[in-house]
Amino acid sequence: MSISVNKYICGYCGACVGVCPTGALELVETWIEVDNKCTGCGICQKICPLGAIEVNR
Amino acid sequence: MKDHYDVIVVGAGPGGSIAAKTAAKEGLDVLMIEKRQEIGDPIRCAEGVGKFHLKQHIEPDPRWICADVKGSCIISPDGTRVEMAEEMSGGEVGYVLERKIFDRALANESALAGAEVMVKTRATDLIIENDTVCGIKLMHLGKMHEVRSKIVIGADGMESKVGRWAGIETAVKPSEMETCAQYLVSNANIDQEFCHFYLGNEIAPAGYVWMFPKGGNKANVGIGILGSKSGEDRAIDLLNDFMEKNMPDAKIIEMVIGGVPVCGTIDRTIANGLMLVGDAARQSDPITGGGIINAMNAGKMAGEIAAKAIRTGDCSTDTLQEYEELWRKTIGKEINNNLIVKETFVNFTDEDLNSLAYSLKDVNFTSMSLLDLLKALFKANKKLLWDLRVIFKDFIKNDIDFKYKAE
Repeated sequence: MSISVNKYICGYCGACVGVCPTGALELVETWIEVDNKCTGCGICQKICPLGAIEVNR
Repeated sequence: MKDHYDVIVVGAGPGGSIAAKTAAKEGLDVLMIEKRQEIGDPIRCAEGVGKFHLKQHIEPDPRWICADVKGSCIISPDGTRVEMAEEMSGGEVGYVLERKIFDRALANESALAGAEVMVKTRATDLIIENDTVCGIKLMHLGKMHEVRSKIVIGADGMESKVGRWAGIETAVKPSEMETCAQYLVSNANIDQEFCHFYLGNEIAPAGYVWMFPKGGNKANVGIGILGSKSGEDRAIDLLNDFMEKNMPDAKIIEMVIGGVPVCGTIDRTIANGLMLVGDAARQSDPITGGGIINAMNAGKMAGEIAAKAIRTGDCSTDTLQEYEELWRKTIGKEINNNLIVKETFVNFTDEDLNSLAYSLKDVNFTSMSLLDLLKALFKANKKLLWDLRVIFKDFIKNDIDFKYKAE
């Protein structure tokens, strides 16, 4: 399980990083990096102000 | 860049810059890094700040002040207006800043005080030896470096990693995060002397819409909603709805987004050789979402205590505990009181909010602090606001100002 961040929607605010329970996300300048700690829990998808995140099923 | 400093500050926002400036003025050898190539940009902020508290840190400069605000106006779902006067509005109105210039001015002050500033430089990990933070790993222009320090100050914002790397739990739940979107608009046609707050569960579920004047008929118009209410309708969708209904003639010239922690104080903000400040320490205000002043105050405390710790040669939590205690009894006390208010208000229906606003129709607002406002509300609505009684008890007992003053 993982997530996809649509970089054409993402506003690189980092809200998703703040709520990630496993610390899998990082805001690197203007993009979000996801590492293998991601469990696909979907919390980031829920809070994204712009709806840039999808959970891969 | 050297391979060793007394203090490394991660993040060049207001908290980081004040920490770096304070530490440098104390004679310490300071490096402040910022991952972005430009300090202050893009902003993630409504840019409102209280005058009194701002002036404790920097002389106001017209180059980064967009509007001088006389008060704030709260608008209930049925349109009932509650106005509060200047310097009495809880410290969150006063100036509306141009953060892009303000943040750079603060970073410049830390540089002038002697700190070395590096941009486009990102911390990728901490160096931890014997359970003590001894520096950071960083990347600059694609190259990795290790830089050691006696103390690291994590001022890396809402998306902070520094605390987590040190084993400090900083993740917030969706119900503890306001998810926000904002437009800078021209042709705003709002009263440029007032900050406006629109409440209502349809307009902004468990949050509010703000309109902050930016001068020259411009305004920051934004929305924050609780993360747990986000999903079908997101912050951006609700903002677009609001704009369409209330500001059809406004012209959008910038988009701003971000998240604001409204979780209240977290359990721990220090480790051996490490302090967290500002949004990284979740020090933003749970009612207003304001974080600039708290970050600057915490930055100053952290800078001073870093100097003290380095002078004594003990940078463990034994010494840094003083920072923990200092910010908790000032910033933390206010945050936790405001958390009670926030948690009461997010459960109100629109009818509750209307009746609260209406209950204030005969109250004189010319000398009204946020605490006075809450007291007046409490007096008229004891049943609805019963959960808030602890706040007044606490305030009466300790006789402290609602917005704590510098000690």
